[in-house]
Parts: sequence; C-alpha cells; structure tokens
Amino acid sequence: MIAELGHFALVLALVVALIQAGAPLVGGLFNPSLMRLAVPAARLQLGLLSLSFLALTYAFAVSDFSLSLVVANSHSAKPLLYKITGAWGNHEGSMLLWTLILAFFGGAVAFFGQNLPDSLRARVLGVQGLIGVSFILFLLLTSNPFLRLDPAPFDGNGLNPILQDPALAFHPPFLYGGYVGFSIAFSFAVAALLEGKVDAAWARWVRPWTLAAWCSLTLGIAMGSWWAYYELGWGGWWFWDPVENASLMPWLLGTALLHSAIVVEKRGALKRWTLLLSIFTFGLSLIGTFLVRSGVLTSVHAFAVDPERGIAILGILTFFVAGALLLYALRAPNLKVEGIFAPVSRETALIVNNLLLTAATVTVFVGTLYPLALDALNGAKISVGAPFYNLTFVPIIVPLLLLVPLGPLLGWKRADALGASQRLFAAGLAALIVGTSVAVWRAGGPWGAPLGIALGVWLLVGGFADMAYRIRLFRGASLMEALRKAHFLPRSIWGMTIAHAGIGIMVIGIVGISSWRVERIEAIGPGDVLQIEDYTLTFLNVGSYNGPNFTAERGEVRVEKNGREIGIMRPEKRFYKVSSMPTTEAAIYTTGIEDIYIVLGDATGTGTWTFRAYVNPFAPWIWIGAVIMVAGGIVSLSDRRYRVGAPVRAKAVEETAEGIGA
Amino acid sequence: MIRAVLLLLALMLPLSTTGWAVDPGEALTDQGLEERARNLSQGLRCLVCQNQSIDDSDAPLARDLRLLVRERISAGDSDVEVIDFIVARYGEFVLLKPRFNTQTYLLWGIPIIVLLIGGLIVFFNIRKTPLAERPEALSEAEKLRLAEIVNDREA
Repeated sequence: MIAELGHFALVLALVVALIQAGAPLVGGLFNPSLMRLAVPAARLQLGLLSLSFLALTYAFAVSDFSLSLVVANSHSAKPLLYKITGAWGNHEGSMLLWTLILAFFGGAVAFFGQNLPDSLRARVLGVQGLIGVSFILFLLLTSNPFLRLDPAPFDGNGLNPILQDPALAFHPPFLYGGYVGFSIAFSFAVAALLEGKVDAAWARWVRPWTLAAWCSLTLGIAMGSWWAYYELGWGGWWFWDPVENASLMPWLLGTALLHSAIVVEKRGALKRWTLLLSIFTFGLSLIGTFLVRSGVLTSVHAFAVDPERGIAILGILTFFVAGALLLYALRAPNLKVEGIFAPVSRETALIVNNLLLTAATVTVFVGTLYPLALDALNGAKISVGAPFYNLTFVPIIVPLLLLVPLGPLLGWKRADALGASQRLFAAGLAALIVGTSVAVWRAGGPWGAPLGIALGVWLLVGGFADMAYRIRLFRGASLMEALRKAHFLPRSIWGMTIAHAGIGIMVIGIVGISSWRVERIEAIGPGDVLQIEDYTLTFLNVGSYNGPNFTAERGEVRVEKNGREIGIMRPEKRFYKVSSMPTTEAAIYTTGIEDIYIVLGDATGTGTWTFRAYVNPFAPWIWIGAVIMVAGGIVSLSDRRYRVGAPVRAKAVEETAEGIGA
Repeated sequence: MIRAVLLLLALMLPLSTTGWAVDPGEALTDQGLEERARNLSQGLRCLVCQNQSIDDSDAPLARDLRLLVRERISAGDSDVEVIDFIVARYGEFVLLKPRFNTQTYLLWGIPIIVLLIGGLIVFFNIRKTPLAERPEALSEAEKLRLAEIVNDREA
C-alpha cells in the first residue's frame, strides 16, 4: 500500500513537472499569467517526490520483500542504518534520489527566490521542471523502483557489502547534491538566454546555488576518496578510475564557474563564457551520471549493466546540452560585452584560472573517454592510469596553484603586479624556508617532494596575504585594530581565504603520502614485533566475532612510540555471508600529522598472518584540506550580499563600499 | 603450466624478513632488482581491477603478474624488455601509461592543443582591447580622495 502511494506520487510528480515546464516556457508565450504556475508547481513537485522517496525508504526500512528492488538489494539481517541507506544503494533508488534532489533545488528556488524577477524565476523553474520531466520519465519507463513481486520471497539477496559503510552510504547523496545542484546553474543560464539578459544581479543569484552544489560535490568526492583509502586496504586514495573522474570533471569545471561568475558579478565581463560554463558543467554532471549508470564502465558503481538505460540517459544528455548550445548560438551574440580591463588585472587572473581549469577538465575527459572511443572505433584496448595524469594533469594544475595566492591581490581593471608580488614576500619566504628544511630533513627522498611541500606552504600562507593586507596587519594597524577589521571583512573574503588555505593543506597531504609513505609487509605470529619508523607494533592475537550479517577475524596490535603505548589497533577481515564477499577493514591510527595504517592479511597456515603496516605522512591532511575547502564555501555562502539579494539603487553607497572591499 | 612454474618460482624465492615487498616471499633478495620490480609494477595494470596497478592490488592475477615481472628481471631482462614481454602477452591494456603511437597521438596531444589554443584565444582577446580604452590607474588626486572616503566610513 505504502509502495503504491510512492508509485502514485511519482506519476503525479510527472504531471506536475509537465506543468512546471510547460506553463512558464510555452504557456508564458501566450498568456504571461500562466508563468505564475511555476512556483506552486515546483513546491508541489518537491512534496510529491519527497513522498515517493520516503515511501521507498520505508519499504527498505521494514524490508518489504514484495518489492523486487528490495529483494534484489536488501536483506532482513542488515543493520537498520544500511537498510535505509540501501534505498539509494542501487540503480533505481539512486535515480529516484537524483530526481528528488533536482526537485529540492527547484523547490529551494521557489521558496527562497523571492528576490528574483518573476519572469526569471518562472523560467528557471521551467527549465528545472523540464529536466525533472525527462528523469521521472526515465524512472517510470526504464528504472521503476516500485515494481511488485508476486509471490514475495522470504528474504532478500543482500546489499553489496562494500556499500555497507558509513562513508559510502552517504557518499551518493552528497555527490548527487553536487551533480544535480549544477542543474540550477544550467537552468539559470538557459533562462538568462531566454530572457536575453545577463547582468551582475544574475551572477549574484547564480553564484550561491553553484557554491552550494560545489560544497556538496567536494564533500562527496572527499568521502569517496576517504572510503577508498581505508577500505581498499592499500592506502591508495585516488586511482583515476573513470568513475572517480566522472565526479572530478564537473568539480573542476564547477570550480571554474564559481570564479568566472565573480567576474560577471563584479565587472560584467565574461558573460558568454560563464553561460557556456554553466551549460557544460551540468553537461558533465549528466555525463558522469551516464558513465556510472549505463554500465559502459565495469565497476562496483555500475549496478545496472543495461544498455537501454545508458542510451536513455545519453538521449537526455544530448537533448539538454545540444538544446542549450543551440539557444546559446542564437541568443549569445546579442549579449552586450562589457567590462574592459588591462592585461594585468584580477579579470585576467581569473581568466587564466578558467583556462587552466578547463584544460585540466579536458585532460581528464580525454583520459576517461579515449579508451572507450578507441575500443568502439577499432577494438583496441588501452588503459589510462596515474602515470598519464601525472604527466598531463599535474603540469596543468601546478601553475594554477602557484597563481592562486596572487589572484586575489590583483585589483580589478588594472593591477599593480609588482606591488601584489611584494605582498607575497612573506609567503614566498615561508615556502622557501620550509622547502629547504624539508629538502635537508628528507634528503634522499623524491626530489619533487620539497617543491610540493613548498607549494602547499605558499598556498597556505599566501592565502592569508590578501587578508593581512586588507586589515593592515603589520602595516601600522595595531593587532586589536587589525582583528576588528578582520571581523568586519565580508564573509566572502573569509570564505575565499579559508578555501584557498584548504587547498594548501590538501597539497601537503597529497605530497606527503605520495613521497614518503613507508611500508612493511611481513608474516608474523602472536607476540612478534614489527618496527616501522618510530613505531613498534606488537601483534597480540587474532580473534573472531560475529557481526549482524558478517563474520570477522580481528587482529589486535599494540602500538608504541618510543616505548610509550599509544593505543591498540584492530584490523579486520570480514566475510559477508549473504553475498559471500570478503572485505578488509584497515585499522588506522592517526596522529593528525601522519597515519599508521595496518591491514590484516591471510593466515599463512603456520601460525603466522601476513601483516601490512604503513606510515602515511600527512595523509589525513588530504581530507582535512577538503573539509576546510567546504567550510570556506559555506562561510562564503553566508555572505550578506546573497541574503540582501541584488543591489538596488537606494543602496548605492553600500554597494560602492562593497565593490572596493570585495 | 605457467602457473606451475610461477608457483615453483614463488616457493623458490627466499622468505624475506626485511620487508619492503608486496607479499612476504614475493620479493627479490637483491634490493636493486626489487626496486626495479616495484617501479615497473606501479606502471602495470591489474587486469581485473579498477585502474589499480598490480603493485596496489591484492587480486590473485595481480600477484601472478608481479611474480612474472620479478621472474623476467631475475632472468636479466632490462626494464624495456620486461614491459615488452608483458605487453606481448597481455596487450597494451596492461600499460597504465599508454604508449605514444598512432593510436594515442590524440590522447596525448589534446591536453597540449587545448592549452595552446585556449592560451592564444585569451592572449589575443586581452590584447584586442584598444589601448585608449584601457582603464587608467587612479591618479594621485583620486587616490587621496579614495583614502578620504574610506577613512570617513571607518571613522
């Protein structure tokens, strides 16, 4: 009964989405008052899809095995948390979640977009509704989650054990929040092309939505990478796997979009480029969905190896991207070009940022799709892995990172490059000192490592150079006065500073684990000792225990540093009965600076077990950096100018002040 | 047959107690040779994994390949010969870094081409702005006036 309710709500949502799309986009041409339907439709749409998704979640929570989806992906012995997260741990459920998030962003614009001009809001919601129509149709026609099974079996087939993990359970919702969130930027771009107007106000509206999506995507990718780190048992955190790349591409282009939207907002330049970026960022999100959902790539992510579904998503992708580009070709030439600037200026810096981010995106795109294209063309099979990206992606990204601290110091329109560089003196000095120290301290290590650490320090310290300048720290202002000024800086400045510092921390983490990881692999028995770096690992014993739906072998290892005990680590090997799959649960002890990482291997049969122990210097900083970047995004999101909305003439004075400040 | 040989080989390899290996017992005793094996392993794909190198994977097939690499190295092959040997058996698919040949010109070329063309477009577009229209920096008088405004607001 509940499932039927969900099914019915989904069908109703299709009807409402048709109205949400049709009324403003088509009806508005004949009768402008029809456009007002968009807002209530978007709200209703959100309500109906929430109902539908709740119904499915309920079916999973109570293990309703009369639904074939629940049978295929759940089991009565699973912990409740994973029963619930199992609702989106499969193709159908995750696509329903996708659609729900789409409606969520549409609903958010309907609820919180009062400061938008009515026609723009209606058109944004119309485009959003059109995307909704295509995905609800996709659900109902190819991936209906509410199909019944008669007779119902007594139990289900279980969920992929890999997905029974907190990080992976919540990785898809955040990832989708990013993918789908970029749909708003797309809808805004298409609506702006329909309206024929792109101005500072438009950029100011589009940016917070993009920023919210970007934060969600960053968190989603970080979670996936963290999961890979602790679950795959080898301490690798990024494999350039096509599925990872599928999420990285919209992230890179979305990052470019965040930066170019600033130029549109502050200076009115880069309008057309920003529209294109909005279209392509969402296009890449759809490509990501296509790659993962179609089964083109064989992977744990591809629950559905079903070409029909792939072709359907490809059709949706083509329709929206080609349609938007056609509209762009027709309308963009009419956009007024504004914002003249000198070659050395903040504008140019942001253009270079966009150029490098776009080139990086194209590199990942080519690396991901080239093997597929080549295979389709002449059957040749090649692999594109880390060594390729180290030679292509890294040389594009490193110059970008080098320029990150410089950009914010350059003024709009025309900047003083020399003056800006002088303000980075402290950052340069810090990078030099730390880099040199590292080179001495870790002599004999990889030559790139000190340079990489220096880059991280440059980013970390350089990020604050702009802020220090603004609050006149060390420039005559007393510390209290400087702090007071810092307190009154716009939140967007704080956000940017925090996010840029976050990249620096992440860079240090990446360089650390890539350059200096130490590894010990030995077969040892109870009582044996393994010495790794400063740590003494004493293998105590291996016991077994029964989890809710798995059996496990768990080792106990005492960790001592310089003779002082710092903890007991318990690496596990689990075996999930229902799906007869083994998983490894690495034990990780983190000092905040480095991780001790232990994996329990197989018993050798002679009373010893294979142990893999690693010390991963700076590894936690990768994810700490990512979280700090997200925190920066959230701080920036709370900036007052997004709450007060578009500037109106009466506030001209305030606007001028902000223009100077930001 | 190959498996039998590999197994025999694995058994013959002395147990390493110093570590620095992928599985105890897999490692070569000669540190120099072992290091070469590790380096080569990192560029070879585990055929049944998600873009992981054989050095990074615990799949049995990855282990077989690791042993094969060590076998060839012990037999005196150079790095290039080892790679050629493995590619001859498993195809180009096994290489994580695709070779630069007619099939992959575009793969390697596109990033550079995009960067060059994009760079040229940006360069000429920025230069296109006529000099006369370029904004002037603030004059000294304007700077003073601006400082006054700012100080007024802060006071």
